[in-house]
Amino acid sequence: MSGAEELLEIAERAVDAALDAGAGDAEAFVQDSTGLEVRVFDGEVESLTEAGERGLGIRAWIDGRAGYAYGTDLGEGGVAEIAAGAVEGAQIADPDEFAGPPAAGPAGGAADGGFFDPAVGETGTERKIELAKRVERAARDADSRVVAVETTVYVDEEMRVGLHSSQGASGSFEATHAYTFLQAIAEQDSDRQTGLGFGMGRSPAALDAEAVGREAAGRSTSLLGAAKPASRSCPVVLDPVVAASFAGFVGGVLCADPVQRGRSPFAGMLGERIGSEALTLTDDGSDPAGLNSAPFDGEGTPSGRTALIEAGRLAAYLHDAYTARREGGGARSTANAGRSGYRSPPSVGTTNLIVAPGERSFAELLAAAGDGVYVTDVSGLHSGVNPVSGQFSVGATGRVISGGELAEPADEFTIASDLAAMLRAVAAAGAEPRWVPFGGSVSTPALLIGEMAIGGA
Amino acid sequence: MSVAPPEPLIAPEVAERVLASALASGGDFAEVFCEQRDGLGLAIDESRVERPQRGAERGAGVRVVAGETTYFAHVDGLAEADLERAAGAAAAALRGERTEPAGLAALDAATPQEVEVEPGAVAAERKAELLRACDQRARSLGGEVAQVQASYVEGRRRITVANSNGRFAADERTRVRLGVQVVARRDGAVETGFETRGGHRGFELLDGGAAEAVAEKAAKAALTLLDADPAPAGAMPVVVGGGFGGVLFHEMTGHGLEADHIQKGASVYAGKQGEEVAQPLLTAYDDGRMPGEWGTDGVDDEGTPTQRTPLIESGRLTGQLYDLLRARRDRSESTGNGRRESFRHLPIPRMTNTFIAPGEGTPKELIAEVDRGFYAVSFAGGQVDPTTGDFVFGVSEGYLIESGKVTKPCRGATLIGNCLDALRAIDAVADDFEMKTGFCGKEGQRVPVGTGQGHVRIAELTVGGTAVG
Repeated sequence: MSGAEELLEIAERAVDAALDAGAGDAEAFVQDSTGLEVRVFDGEVESLTEAGERGLGIRAWIDGRAGYAYGTDLGEGGVAEIAAGAVEGAQIADPDEFAGPPAAGPAGGAADGGFFDPAVGETGTERKIELAKRVERAARDADSRVVAVETTVYVDEEMRVGLHSSQGASGSFEATHAYTFLQAIAEQDSDRQTGLGFGMGRSPAALDAEAVGREAAGRSTSLLGAAKPASRSCPVVLDPVVAASFAGFVGGVLCADPVQRGRSPFAGMLGERIGSEALTLTDDGSDPAGLNSAPFDGEGTPSGRTALIEAGRLAAYLHDAYTARREGGGARSTANAGRSGYRSPPSVGTTNLIVAPGERSFAELLAAAGDGVYVTDVSGLHSGVNPVSGQFSVGATGRVISGGELAEPADEFTIASDLAAMLRAVAAAGAEPRWVPFGGSVSTPALLIGEMAIGGA
Repeated sequence: MSVAPPEPLIAPEVAERVLASALASGGDFAEVFCEQRDGLGLAIDESRVERPQRGAERGAGVRVVAGETTYFAHVDGLAEADLERAAGAAAAALRGERTEPAGLAALDAATPQEVEVEPGAVAAERKAELLRACDQRARSLGGEVAQVQASYVEGRRRITVANSNGRFAADERTRVRLGVQVVARRDGAVETGFETRGGHRGFELLDGGAAEAVAEKAAKAALTLLDADPAPAGAMPVVVGGGFGGVLFHEMTGHGLEADHIQKGASVYAGKQGEEVAQPLLTAYDDGRMPGEWGTDGVDDEGTPTQRTPLIESGRLTGQLYDLLRARRDRSESTGNGRRESFRHLPIPRMTNTFIAPGEGTPKELIAEVDRGFYAVSFAGGQVDPTTGDFVFGVSEGYLIESGKVTKPCRGATLIGNCLDALRAIDAVADDFEMKTGFCGKEGQRVPVGTGQGHVRIAELTVGGTAVG
């Protein structure tokens, strides 16, 4: 019996235990993961972590009341205790007519969707350490102004999931991830700047250590000597790293939960134009290139693809079983019941967001911007964006664009707008998309925004 | 009512055997950290109590330090076989000669904080009632209150730590926290208000009307902002409010005084110990022993007793925050700041309760001296790059100061600047004082921290508003 099937068996036992404890319906999610984390500093291993974790979460429903409990003791007594906790929770919750597990059919067995790469387990620890050291070295070697690297990290994980519900959803799968990142520190004439480099994939073989290190060096050194740009409204080019963070925010407020609860600036706008024609955004939980892909979502609905914004038109919201039922009118779950592990119940979330690339190269985007600002990093996104109104003002760093080309570096400025205005102002999407681990899991090219407010000197 | 001193989660002889296994292939330090955590979370939204969530975890993390390298492994479960598995995995990468751990000293069972009403002993239905009361109080403030979300969280963490230096310590931590977020609407305007109350305390902290008061404050903040204008942009004097305002010091100075950042040269405060970094009116501490506060523990997650550490005394930089590893590197002592999110994480230097000590004069006097400026009462959050010292904060509640008086509320403001400049620009600290609760994230680890201060004035700071001219 494979590891994933063993988890499915635990999930089946857990559902029975919850039904025995008084639940009308129940769903169990079991996750087992093993992983390695390597942190390197100054050519030496700073820490090496062997992680192993296995836990169970149970959702129980009693007449429209939902409760959740989790634990790591998967013996018979432990499972019974978790089941009792979930049932006790359901007893104190208020009833909600739309609550309940998906009525959909089985999620299927251990589907092979290209989510698992055995190379994670087959690659020795020594080689993974070497990879992290190569990343750091590449950053140091790329430019003499890179004076230090504040920790280079390599992480991988093998994960197995089993899910079972009393309404028939049942399945298991295995997946692997590997990623590496570093923060380079560059110095010149007493100015210090930092720059991030990262790479990710299904196994260490997918990581280009030298490219990751060079990226961090490039980002940090290109900011040396930065000053505040002039305050004004002007065209802005968003680096894919920044575009991804914003795409993640847009995806978040297109989830049906905030929409139905009146917490989305895009509520009640289905079918309307909310962005420019240059903007097409898709959620895809089945694309193996996206690291958040799986055969089914957090409550067993088979994964799929949902067009959210098509050439500027709002085409759909993302649903789980609860929000689909609450929506009515034949709405169905889009398989967006997200799980962040076994410690919390599923809730509507994006899987992998894909911003459709356009025709223009990066140089052409800059040329089209003419005079403006290229934003390579933003900070304070979580405190600076009001998800209800969509208004934002966030800290930024980047380069001034002058005469259609990159000019002097800029930092300590803010970019401000609101999400709706920004989506309408997307003038062009670049032709070169990349996967970014910010804003969830996002594939996006650079974006040219026709106008944004810059707050600087 | 006082609580009995904590019992250890593992027997000393088990700990000694596990430490010996951890050092079987060499290493100059080993530690076993055991933890048992239980918690309950509950929320109200759309006037409906929902998302009850109960959890329990038991597990251990074992680390072996050899020179500058740390080997770490963690497992679920606290049986001796589980601990041996972790010890074996941590030692697996070492190739040296066996080293012998020192015998364990007697257990240091940390004196528990006062917990009058054990949260776990309170019926879950009463917690649901508490949330309903918050919902009702906030909605009673008028029809413009469109949404009320409140969440209640309680947790109990028992920890036991043993290390090869002979240290054997146990601690028990009970925490409760309530957060209320209110959305107010008028025509097209949408504003949110947020307020929390929490501590290393029992259910008594939220009882007797305290929870409703939190809801009322959140609702009033949201309602006030409905009248807000876009925030101004530009450099001006900024008065930062008490309590939540302390997050500014936490971010712009506290992180830069964590010894790991300093040792890597990734702090703007590296090499500045003993120097004047602020005006003489400024004194600030990190204090893991403040009774009942959110960031308080008896011992830290390495078993070191928590303490009060002066960070800045009369403008002079006098302290930094150490865990065992970073203290060893500097031939210094741990300041009891070795904290970790759970047994699945390595301890790193972290703040506990960090605050600016009260000064002289009232908040009113401090504002009266400002001709035109900005008053930041509460923050949605903030971010700082400790290496460069650049920071940005989102202001969730702010006002204009005109001719020495607080006037119009402002929306959408951010504060942006550099730590060293902003710290030096603090030219007044008022005599009021309040602590607030928060969660601090670092290297993917989230720990409860307290932040506090009275009203503080920064002579000049850049306000990045949406009203860009």
